[in-house]
Amino acid sequence: MLSPIKNDAVIRARDVVVVLNNQTVLNQLSLDVMRGEVLGFVGGSGTGKTVLMRTILGLVPKRAGSIEVLGVDLDKASERDRRAIERRWGVLFQQGALFSSLTVLQNVQFPMREYLRLSKRLMDEIAMTKLEMVGLPANVRDKFPSELSGGMIKRVALARALALDPEIVFLDEPTSGLDPIGAGDFDELIRTLQQTLGLTVYMVTHDLDSLHEICDRIAVLSEGKVIVSGTIATMLQSEHPWVKEYFRGKRGRAAISAQA
Amino acid sequence: MALIDEPLLRSVTQGDRLQLAAGGSWTAPNAADLEALIDDAVARGKQFVRVELNMAGVENLDTFGAWLLERLLRDCAEAGQGISVSGLPDRFRGIIDEAHQSNRPSEEQPHEGPLGSAIAGAERAVATISQDVVLNVAMFGALVFAALRVLVKPGSLRLTSVVHHLDRVCWRAVPIVLLITVLIGAIIAQQGIFHFRRFGAEVYVVDMLGILVMREIGVLIVAIMIAGRSGSAYTAELGAMKMREEVDALHTMGLDSIEVLVLPRVLALVIAMPILTFLGSMAALYGGGMVCWLYAGMSPDIFLGRLREIISIDHFEVGMSKAPFMALVIGIVASVEGLQVKGSAESLGLQTTASVVKSIFLVIVLDGIFAMFFAAIGK
Repeated sequence: MLSPIKNDAVIRARDVVVVLNNQTVLNQLSLDVMRGEVLGFVGGSGTGKTVLMRTILGLVPKRAGSIEVLGVDLDKASERDRRAIERRWGVLFQQGALFSSLTVLQNVQFPMREYLRLSKRLMDEIAMTKLEMVGLPANVRDKFPSELSGGMIKRVALARALALDPEIVFLDEPTSGLDPIGAGDFDELIRTLQQTLGLTVYMVTHDLDSLHEICDRIAVLSEGKVIVSGTIATMLQSEHPWVKEYFRGKRGRAAISAQA
Repeated sequence: MALIDEPLLRSVTQGDRLQLAAGGSWTAPNAADLEALIDDAVARGKQFVRVELNMAGVENLDTFGAWLLERLLRDCAEAGQGISVSGLPDRFRGIIDEAHQSNRPSEEQPHEGPLGSAIAGAERAVATISQDVVLNVAMFGALVFAALRVLVKPGSLRLTSVVHHLDRVCWRAVPIVLLITVLIGAIIAQQGIFHFRRFGAEVYVVDMLGILVMREIGVLIVAIMIAGRSGSAYTAELGAMKMREEVDALHTMGLDSIEVLVLPRVLALVIAMPILTFLGSMAALYGGGMVCWLYAGMSPDIFLGRLREIISIDHFEVGMSKAPFMALVIGIVASVEGLQVKGSAESLGLQTTASVVKSIFLVIVLDGIFAMFFAAIGK
């Protein structure tokens, strides 16, 4: 849905506490994601980046705090309202999570089939449009996920995440497992789609190039909290040891010089 | 949801022109309604010289709306109908350009007629059967080869793995095997007593039970149960390993997947089957004996005495000698099917089903062949 960019938060997390296996993964975490922005979420391995994403999506139960998505508190919302919200977001899982017994085309059509009553012709056409938008050739439509390469799986998964034209897209490490050229293309694709479709993108990533290229804002997760958030310039000025090491370490410098 | 007061597409006739005014949300939830309106507009437009579409009233537009607009333009162009679009807000420009580039005609794959596809299906089925035979024979060969290598170098046998699988397919299978065979023995005895009683030949039930259980039923029932219980587990395990590229990982480390994965499993099965067959046969005799005692009043002494007279070591040997061969068939079929699994969860399910069905079928066929063989050598 295209609407003029307003400066309001589409995701508002407040004091979220998540405990898994007696270990506090998220401790009083608060985060706002603004409409129309690309938020990059970084943090060391095992700090709970994916856990936060899954908590927002309702896949991991939280112990305390509240999460509002598109102005609706998902804990208090009725089943019906929750469903309505679920239609307005799309998720790209780390491994793609394509349904292995469905073809590429059926995978992309799956959410449409569930939520909209469309004619077969329109569904085929829209699914093909989505596949073309993510840069896949028409001949992949009848292939099964097991016949696709890693990069193609990510693209199909993105097409499926975009099937219902969601307002928010969650991307869990979209460029992991792609070669640098493929990763660069994928970043560009996300940027283009974000601009054409007016998406809000919540991206968990490790890819410094992605952070430099496409993220409007970056949030850093450490010790269960967002310790810094802001533009890449803010990150480069931060004196927090982990942030400093991450953005100004050897690899961070390489990414900066690549930008220059 | 559609705004009632704002129609998605309104049409006004103006002389020889059809004017369309678009409004509301051209988005996914309204796509079905919008499609009908657009198809209708295309059909009606044919009666007019020109169609004019004003998009200024559209508030929201997503891929669905953009594509339907594109489809309207294409359908009109195809019908030779002039159409013009005005008032398109600039913010929709990007997505409309995307839609404009998509669904360009490409060569369709040729479709076969029903007869052609039936012939192709039969062709595939025959090819699959012959391929199956080849695969199973190849697996047998590979197993023999692996076993020979292990014989030459006994240290390379994965003893831990064999013991682990022995625990799973033998020890843990004992309770269910005993339960089922006791019941089968009891049912055979009960049916025998019921029918033999008419001739006053109740005592011959022991003959029937003894010979049937020792020669055929004991080993067959156990083989069928093991095919369902352990064969399916083997297929699922190997299939999941294949799916997650664990089998490929073994290969790249220079290890033979047959030796590492298949041989210990099949060996465990070959050891387990005779043990389970023996236990199963004894349990069936026990169940039959209990029924003879409780249902026909034949005391255990008489039952055992009769059994001793009837059962020779031959009967026992015939039954037991079949067990390892059946285990081999079950193991080979299960492994072949497991290693055939492709990437999808569905294929794992298909292969597991195929493994059970094929091994039960082959076990029964094998039993028939053995029956002919033993008849020929007079055992």
